[in-house]
Amino acid sequence: MSQSYDRGLVEDFGRWREFSAGMWAWLLHKFTGWVLVGYLFTHIAVLSTAIRDGEVYTDTISGLEGLLVVRFLEVGLLAVAVFHILNGVRLLFVDLGVGLEQQDKSFYASLVVTGAIVVASVPTFLGGKLA
Amino acid sequence: MSTERRSSFEAGTTLWLLQRVTAVFLVVTLAFHFFLLHYWNHAAEVTFTVSNERMTAPAYYFTMLAFLVAATFHGVNGVYNALVNQGLTGTPRRAAKWLLVVAGVAVVVQGVRVANALAGV
Repeated sequence: MSQSYDRGLVEDFGRWREFSAGMWAWLLHKFTGWVLVGYLFTHIAVLSTAIRDGEVYTDTISGLEGLLVVRFLEVGLLAVAVFHILNGVRLLFVDLGVGLEQQDKSFYASLVVTGAIVVASVPTFLGGKLA
Repeated sequence: MSTERRSSFEAGTTLWLLQRVTAVFLVVTLAFHFFLLHYWNHAAEVTFTVSNERMTAPAYYFTMLAFLVAATFHGVNGVYNALVNQGLTGTPRRAAKWLLVVAGVAVVVQGVRVANALAGV
């Protein structure tokens, strides 16, 4: 049986210094969620400007991918997406009541695995043809 | 506030369940989307010809549409729940809900238009 503690409202961001692992997980999941939903709308908007014909589509993508800043932003997006996926799997298990006692450790594991995947992907993301 | 509450969502509702069902689907499709367009193919090498080839395969086209709908629902519902958690109530809450519904429908419609253009239909 897991114990519960009254840690106060996690919505009260001002007291972030007192946050526990689970509260940081909650905050990071929310932050990465906002970024991802923002990206979804941006992604569809950008693609919508490029569907007039095939040439415009290819030029738009190669133009964006030719910018180094876009490559760095993509690495950031990867970090956000991987963390949201891994912490999301952790949350699904928590909802099922599995691994409640280890929820802080699984949060740290999500962070470490996210870091490892992102670092290992940097050469791929920054490589390839630039403008 | 109950100390037993573990989730930001009101447990046991249809929206709560759909958020989790779409989560399971998105774990697979988002990872697939990233893998295909950043590792298997480099993003810098994406061209209309190759995108068109992929989108004309019905399995890929319908997977992408399901991905679009699931991601939009999951994102918009997540934003709505975040706002409710921050204490949004009454008319602002209803306004936010309908604004998010309209934005969600708009992005799905536009996403389908993009998919159709890429599929050449």
